[in-house]
Amino acid sequence: MSEALSVPRGSGVGRRLALMLGTLIVGVVALAAVLGPSLTPNDPFAQDLGKRLVVPFWMAGGGWEHPLGTDQLGRDYLARLVYGARISMVIGVLTVIASGLIGTTLGVLGGFFGGRMDDVVLFAITCRLSIPVVLVALAVVGLMGNSFTLVILVLGLLLWDRFAVVARSTTMQVRNLDYVSAAWCAGCSRASMLLREVLPNIATHLAVVATLEMALAILLEAALSFLGLGVPPPLPSWGLMIAEAKDYMFFSPWVIMIPGVALFVLVFGINLLGDGLRDMLGTQDAR
Amino acid sequence: MSARSGPRGGEPLLDVRRLRVEFGGRTAAVRGASLSVSKGETHCLVGESGCGKSVTALAVMNLLARGARRQAEVLSFAGQDLLRLSDSRMSRLRGDRMAMIFQEPMTSLNPAYTVGSQMTEVLRRHRGTPRVQAVDRAAELLGRVGITAPGMRLGQYPHQLSGGLRQRVMIAMALMCDPELLVADEPTTALDVTVQAQILRLLAMLQRDLGLGILLITHDLGIVARVADRVSVMYAGEVVESAPTAELFAAPRHPYTRGLLSCVPAPGKTRREDPLGSIPGVVPRIPPGFQGCAFRDRCAHAAASCAAAVPRRPAGPDHEFLCTLPADWVRQEAAA
Amino acid sequence: MTLFLLRRLAVALLVAITVLTLSFMLTRLSGDLAISIAGPNASQEDVELIRRAYGLDRPLILQYFDWIGRAVLGDFGTSYFFRERVADLIGQRLPITITLGLVGLAIALAVAIPLGIAAAVQEGTWVDRTVMLVALVGQAMPSFWLGLLLMIVLGLQLQLLPISGTGSWEHYVMPGIVLAFSAIPALMRLTRSGMVEALSSDYIRTARAKGLTRLSILAKHALRNAAIPVVSIAAVQLGFMLGGSIVIETVFALHGVGFLAWESISKNDFPVVQAVVLVLALIYIALTLLADLLNAVLDPRLRTE
Repeated sequence: MSEALSVPRGSGVGRRLALMLGTLIVGVVALAAVLGPSLTPNDPFAQDLGKRLVVPFWMAGGGWEHPLGTDQLGRDYLARLVYGARISMVIGVLTVIASGLIGTTLGVLGGFFGGRMDDVVLFAITCRLSIPVVLVALAVVGLMGNSFTLVILVLGLLLWDRFAVVARSTTMQVRNLDYVSAAWCAGCSRASMLLREVLPNIATHLAVVATLEMALAILLEAALSFLGLGVPPPLPSWGLMIAEAKDYMFFSPWVIMIPGVALFVLVFGINLLGDGLRDMLGTQDAR
Repeated sequence: MSARSGPRGGEPLLDVRRLRVEFGGRTAAVRGASLSVSKGETHCLVGESGCGKSVTALAVMNLLARGARRQAEVLSFAGQDLLRLSDSRMSRLRGDRMAMIFQEPMTSLNPAYTVGSQMTEVLRRHRGTPRVQAVDRAAELLGRVGITAPGMRLGQYPHQLSGGLRQRVMIAMALMCDPELLVADEPTTALDVTVQAQILRLLAMLQRDLGLGILLITHDLGIVARVADRVSVMYAGEVVESAPTAELFAAPRHPYTRGLLSCVPAPGKTRREDPLGSIPGVVPRIPPGFQGCAFRDRCAHAAASCAAAVPRRPAGPDHEFLCTLPADWVRQEAAA
Repeated sequence: MTLFLLRRLAVALLVAITVLTLSFMLTRLSGDLAISIAGPNASQEDVELIRRAYGLDRPLILQYFDWIGRAVLGDFGTSYFFRERVADLIGQRLPITITLGLVGLAIALAVAIPLGIAAAVQEGTWVDRTVMLVALVGQAMPSFWLGLLLMIVLGLQLQLLPISGTGSWEHYVMPGIVLAFSAIPALMRLTRSGMVEALSSDYIRTARAKGLTRLSILAKHALRNAAIPVVSIAAVQLGFMLGGSIVIETVFALHGVGFLAWESISKNDFPVVQAVVLVLALIYIALTLLADLLNAVLDPRLRTE
């Protein structure tokens, strides 16, 4: 029967292309985030009420002084967009670090020790999943006041579930591998087992989760900021830019198109990267 | 190997000549295999795993996976050319006049439906039989394949049955429409030995009672000796020898067949201290366009001529083998 | 089976108590609740008055048990802003959110299942790749932005649907589409992988050997098995969608519990906020239980053991 089933699957060319596109998008946004203000001569915070809602260069009346136009307060849209990339990337990365630490710790403990410990970890995951993320994040920010750090902290504390689930199941698999059992029998300490055998083996799976969570964190930050309970103004978060432009969108739709497309493309790129990574590593269970 | 009228008489039920199956142009799983099954005959197709027996069976039923290409000089069932048959006409034949059972009874039944539902749908599809009559027929057949309390079994799900019971259900399901041909792909391999014997006895009985033609695929020569009227030995996608069962066991000609038979101890003949035979090497993967004998790398009698096209030699009534050696080489060798 | 469900029920209760505790703690995060309620311009006496009036001068543990005791009975206190019982407020708004969730789920299933099946049947072809691309696009789409785009296109330019508000069934269409987008990628992937697995299974080969029609093989034999995980995940997804409805209800000014929560957060109306968190969490817990139950009903292997 095995012969009859060995039908060749589609070539890997499309997948490699997707991985490359994802890397390219994330690379470009990361570069913009690092270089930031040096990319454009304009100040993202400088208001010029005489030049409000200047249209971008491709529309009639647009020019190169403000390539992507200006917002309702006359601030340069390109400068704000580039600065917003920095905010998105920093929030994405820091949230993933925080949630990754929490989730991986819980997952590895549960998967490695099993028994009671595992019951507790599973219970924690179940509790976490039953909490409505957006609502709680909004409530916390609403209660404690908008701040950049708080957004990262809240998202980090809320988005660890997938790390925990994947770390737990992969740790279980690794623990049951022969050579790990052998190291166990050879008298290695638990700590060294965890660091030397388990972590390196589950790292690839966690990398895939990290991309997915980073994409989610960026989307959530944008949503929080859009609802006015995220990054405080005048910081140019893409979500906040969309919120501020909302009142003008019916007359000049480009004001919400520009930050929206940026947000979409970045998240799309990160997801492409994650998918490509998963195919490359052959891990099917990360989702 | 080719279908012959004469000793076995009449038009064969299933006639396969020079069947080729390729997967994506990379591997040729079946390379010009020929065989035929007459009404009321059990034809065993034997060979090591990976030799193309299952693919041959699936090709006959047109059940190959997507991406497989099937070609043949002749592929006919009861006078109908299966190669020209449309998918929908073929599907009307399958399950009705030609049925198939598989190796894995544990997974071959749908876990989501009851035994009764899966059995009756065959009859309802092919005959439009009303549900009540179909259920009666299913119960009757379950009784026939030796299942007690068929009424109760009909309401059960596959996971509630043992492997042996499931295979009986599979067989009963295959018989729902009174097929003329039953293709059985290693039907007993996954079962334990006592159940194996029961299933084989059941197949033999059904064949006798219903006049079924059976194409039985197996790697177990013990089974062949017990149930086959005729045997075809397959190696690397080719039928290398074909003969009536007694003849094949008594006077095998192809070096591969001889090797295969020497691997099986014969009670009473093989003494304790005698070494059991073995064939060195493994079945090679055959690329398309391969020439000559595929067994030559493992064959003790290989010569330079084996790399050229191999002749098909008759070795008695209804006995053929595919080799460069002459038909009486065994006697010559013994004499030398 | 019964034992399994009882165990699940016990865990669900424990989770509910934990969430209850967490949502109580949530409101104490800001430090002194009395100051927050009184507002920035209140005098010291006002704050003291409020503290006593709301029982905030009692020990925290007492307040906690008092709150739990009332919450279990469905008494979430009185809204500071609306001057109404929180339970009544939620009772009025919840049907709107649940309707929205169900509309979203219906749209999501109507899109995800056919596309997932198409991708599985055409595995490896351009159809499959297009469907997977749709999943990726859906995953990357910011819901609030998609909502605004729909408003511009469907509401303003084509004038097909009302731009925002609550009232007729038309007000649910656009938010429903946006909400569906959040569930489509997961449901579509699951349908596809389930169908791919089912289609390559031995029992499908048997079904083909029985000469069944293509429709019967796909719809009866393959889909039935692939649907088992999809149905239970759909229940869980509905829970996530209700939780995520806050963004969408706010964008479309649809006056469900999500909108209520957003209003209450901006008005510092804590009793409402913590009650909404609790109610949504409880609904989610109930839906996961329902998912397990559905699983058991749909899968004869679980049902008959």
